[in-house]
Amino acid sequence: MSAPRPGLAELAPDRLPDGVLAVVRRSCPTCSLVAPVLAQLAGAGVGLTVWVQDDPSFPAGVAGVVDDTGLELSYRLGVTTVPTLVRVEGGREVERLEGWDRAGWERLTGVGDLGPGLSGFSPGCGSMTVEPGVADELAVRFLGPALKSRRVDLGRLEDEAEAMFARGWTDGLPVVAPTEARVLRMLDGTRRAPDEVVAVVPPDQVPCTVEKVAVNAVLAGCRAEYLPVVLAAVEAACTDEFNMHGLLATTYFSGPVVIVNGPVALAVGMNAGLNALGQGNRANATIGRALQLVVRNVGGGRPGGVDRATLGNPGKYTFCFAEDEAGSPWEPLSVERGFGPGASTVTLFAGSGVHGVVDQLSRTPESLARSLALALRAVAHPKLALGFDVVLVVSPEHARVFKEAGWDKARLRAELDGLLTVPGQEMVRGAGGVAEGVPEGFASTSLPKFRPGGLIIVHAGGTAGLFSAIIGGWVSGPTGSEPVTREVGS
Amino acid sequence: MRGTEGEDGRVVLDPTGELVPQSRPRVARPHSLDGLRVGLLDISKPRGDVFLDRLAERLSARGLRLERYRKPTFTKPAPVDLRHEIATNCDVVIEALAD
Repeated sequence: MSAPRPGLAELAPDRLPDGVLAVVRRSCPTCSLVAPVLAQLAGAGVGLTVWVQDDPSFPAGVAGVVDDTGLELSYRLGVTTVPTLVRVEGGREVERLEGWDRAGWERLTGVGDLGPGLSGFSPGCGSMTVEPGVADELAVRFLGPALKSRRVDLGRLEDEAEAMFARGWTDGLPVVAPTEARVLRMLDGTRRAPDEVVAVVPPDQVPCTVEKVAVNAVLAGCRAEYLPVVLAAVEAACTDEFNMHGLLATTYFSGPVVIVNGPVALAVGMNAGLNALGQGNRANATIGRALQLVVRNVGGGRPGGVDRATLGNPGKYTFCFAEDEAGSPWEPLSVERGFGPGASTVTLFAGSGVHGVVDQLSRTPESLARSLALALRAVAHPKLALGFDVVLVVSPEHARVFKEAGWDKARLRAELDGLLTVPGQEMVRGAGGVAEGVPEGFASTSLPKFRPGGLIIVHAGGTAGLFSAIIGGWVSGPTGSEPVTREVGS
Repeated sequence: MRGTEGEDGRVVLDPTGELVPQSRPRVARPHSLDGLRVGLLDISKPRGDVFLDRLAERLSARGLRLERYRKPTFTKPAPVDLRHEIATNCDVVIEALAD
């Protein structure tokens, strides 16, 4: 039996008829089979009530039949199978059985010798409330009114996609129309109540409910099972440490990058392998997009408004990928950041696009680390230091070099930190004939390129290609953005 | 799909924050700074202080009373307390952005 839809508990009938309640439909062979049993119960003084879904004349000769051809009672009770037998005391359900099971029915009703001559057991049929199409319609009818978002009536002559562009709801690509049915199906992806506030979304500082996230997840093209990941991403993005407000407002390239760890990535079909940072995977594409649409639509953050990016980057449509944990020689990012090995998490990073690193010749970890350090030095500018974090995405073929040499992640990071500590005289303003650089006062010292904790290493990518990727950050630390990790809930 | 179509078309849910902003008139710009309390707000961008120091020099020379303020970081909105302090103590404020 599937669990009742979230929120259904509040929709259950306030007071059920005391005694025994049977929910049936004539078109179900098991219900027809037990029609004589229902007649037996009607005469046994147990207080029988029958709700019938398709034919109010069924079962023949039984008093107390209630017409539920509108399916409201069945839906509100969360019936998924017929026959369903419920014992009610004080107006409340105390026990429920599905299908025909003589022993169970005798126990529940307290009446012996039920259905003599019938086989003792027969599984039921699907309730009419769960038939394809009907379930959506009932959800809209009975759960729809609980949704609080304003209803927008698109004109019959309006093209749906054009209508949503015209209202400013899109990032420049078409979106899926957030009908009540689609939003309700999206909400099936979480146990959280639709009216629960997830986060206060900048720049307009708007309290954002689970429902509003779901509406935007529909727009983005998400499946319901992605919703918990989107919710966690919205929560992480809207923390003071991550500073989505500043990340949006900056003239710099950056936007939120979502890195997913743990079993949820596999469960929802995310891509951590070939083309992990690219297009083509629905979960990767739409989870990152949903976060951006929440910022745009709920928070009011739009290019040319509070978003002042000089150039931006294509990752501001969506930038979300999973770490390849199964193929990694190292512990997952989530574990490094303090979560248990089985935890599903999202880590939000203020990232500025992808810079590729080629090294097809290094066969020793020392050589490859030097290669990566050379490339990492270029984050933001080779003569700037400490202001920007970075995510280094090591691909399987590069990771293999470190694995075979026995370098763990800490070793690689320590080597890179050493290689990336540069004499200040090379970095100061004017050095090398370049005006940009760190202030002259650093000339007599050495400078680490990244602050402690500012070099994040993950493993992802296809199995062919001696390449890795650098995702440069934005203003790092308390001044700008701290990477933030949140566990994905249910 | 039934339940999603209104009389005239399709009903969708508003994905926005559904804010209803209230307009409030701005304080009129003063014709002169004479006698006004002037706030200088440094948003903590590099070299913003260079600009504000020079402004302070010029305005002090005109005998104006100045108050200096500084945001903790340029990447976040000014804290509420800071905004309140400026609004309480100043008639006008000059916010400097530099790089």
